[in-house]
Amino acid sequence: MPNGVRTARRRWLLLTPALVILLFAATGPLLIVLVYSFLTPGDYGGVVWTFSTDAWFNVVVERDFFDDTLSFADAHLSIFWRSVKLSLVTTLVAFIVGFPTAYFIATRPRETRDMWMLLIMVPFWTNLLIRTFAVMEIIRNEGVINTGLIQLGIIDAPIQMLFTEFAVTLGMVYVYLPLMVLPIYASMERMDFSLIEAGYDLYASRWRILRKVIFPLVKPGVVAGSILVFVPALGAYVTPRVLGGGKQLMLGNLIELQFGQGRNWPLGAALSISLLAIVMVALFVYVRSAGTQEGRHD
Amino acid sequence: MKNLVTAIGLATALASPALAEGQLNIYNWGNYTSPELIEKFESETGIQVTITDFDSNDTALAKVKAGGHGFDIVVPSGTFIPIWVGEGLLLETNPNSMENFKHMDPQWVDVAFDPGRKYSVPWQWGTVGVTVNTSVYDGNPHTSSIFLDPPEELRGKINVVPEMTDVMSLAIKFHGGEQCTGDREILKKVRDTLVEAKQHWLSIDYGTIEKYAKGDLAAGVNWNGASLRSREQNPDIVFGYPQEGYPVWMDNVVVLKEANNAENAKIFQNFIMAPENAALISNFARYANGIAGSQAYMPEEMSSAPEVVIPDELKAAAYVAEVCPPAVQQIYTRIWTELQK
Repeated sequence: MPNGVRTARRRWLLLTPALVILLFAATGPLLIVLVYSFLTPGDYGGVVWTFSTDAWFNVVVERDFFDDTLSFADAHLSIFWRSVKLSLVTTLVAFIVGFPTAYFIATRPRETRDMWMLLIMVPFWTNLLIRTFAVMEIIRNEGVINTGLIQLGIIDAPIQMLFTEFAVTLGMVYVYLPLMVLPIYASMERMDFSLIEAGYDLYASRWRILRKVIFPLVKPGVVAGSILVFVPALGAYVTPRVLGGGKQLMLGNLIELQFGQGRNWPLGAALSISLLAIVMVALFVYVRSAGTQEGRHD
Repeated sequence: MKNLVTAIGLATALASPALAEGQLNIYNWGNYTSPELIEKFESETGIQVTITDFDSNDTALAKVKAGGHGFDIVVPSGTFIPIWVGEGLLLETNPNSMENFKHMDPQWVDVAFDPGRKYSVPWQWGTVGVTVNTSVYDGNPHTSSIFLDPPEELRGKINVVPEMTDVMSLAIKFHGGEQCTGDREILKKVRDTLVEAKQHWLSIDYGTIEKYAKGDLAAGVNWNGASLRSREQNPDIVFGYPQEGYPVWMDNVVVLKEANNAENAKIFQNFIMAPENAALISNFARYANGIAGSQAYMPEEMSSAPEVVIPDELKAAAYVAEVCPPAVQQIYTRIWTELQK
């Protein structure tokens, strides 16, 4: 047997466990969700094995239950848009906070960097729900901030922060920040800082060095960090619910409603696939645009 | 929660091999099972009990239908029992021929969801109404307008529990309809009222006992037992029974057909029909149970609490909650989604 063939075969053999896991643990459940989205809802949850496209129809179109006119499902659309908007804002704020943080850590002496990284990591080891409740404890009406301000005599009555958009954004950024800091730090740590010195020697301004030297070098980290924050933020469920007071549904909550009290599993499945599609399109566009800009530099 | 952990810890500690008479796996609502009751059951029978929590009837049903859960006992609401029976999930244990059946309050024997009690034994029952902090608003609390057309003082400090069916039926009754109605005229009014009222709500959330007590919330849709637990921390809290109509529910102990410990489960059903044991359930979660004579084993403040004893003039407004037909449920889901869009 030629050596090349044997190597190729061994490579496939070694890949098999990973492929099997991917096939059964990722593709399999996804296929079930896809199939369910084309079935009829069971009377009390579950599905009936009758083919139907109603669920997909209902994702985008709604029949007015008072006069039977068809219109755009603007309830679903506005919930989709709210989730996308929140994810974008979360990603942006996480970047604005995360980039300087990563820069700060990367410019510390080598011995202390691990300590700073540990400080970023420790909250991440804590359960998501507990971190969310911690944020709630800080901003609630009898929470740390309000009690402190009242005792200092700065305000008379507590400021309503919990159950506002501010609370949701704050919670989301806090929860996903490490996912932004880690990849940026990873590319910054490998960065050759003598390039920055070279920039200064050539009389570049600080802003110019940031834009033309640092940013292009750490861009892969920024791209990775943005994806890592944006994708889970889009499906976020617990944080908006706990900090937002449940008044406004996010995509994750809308899907949960269909599988729970709404008893419409096919609609829930169709909405889930739609979410997946949005993520894929967003990633595609993002990676493509990031790629072309990269090309311009080369 | 802490109590629950203690209960499970005790359950493990008590289960020394010498007196192990097998096991019992209970699937119940969270923060709802009296640890004292479980302790007593274990020491009297030697059966080791494990408790698992669920958060909604739909979750419980979906999980049990999916199989592989290992539960023996579930505690669904009465409204859901016909579904459980229809799906063929329940074992006919005939509580009506058990020794302690004689203690069951006659008004809870011939219930619509299980006539004559062939499957189920009462756990607790209660009402859905409104909680009001009288230091903020001291008008009449016995009306759904507290959350549907709130007075000035309460605006922006209202919570509504995210129980679609309960909230919908309260709003339907407010407009003079019947629960589960498909009447478009009424549903249109219901939708408009809810959408209009929502701007005055602070949240649509569970777990509000402490928030009412501490004044984060001034009013809202609530369960009577939860309201009682808030009042115990803050005497200004009252519970209102909406005169337009309010649902009464009962959670019931049923045994699953595929239970591994069916005999132990039957022993448990019989056990909780004894008044002194039923009282333990109520003393913990603060709802009434369906067992006559259990009041004698409750502290005075529990058995005579205004949240538990419905005033005579408001008794007629109560109705027993039902499960709505799927077609109606879909319209309700749409209104509910639109409300939170």
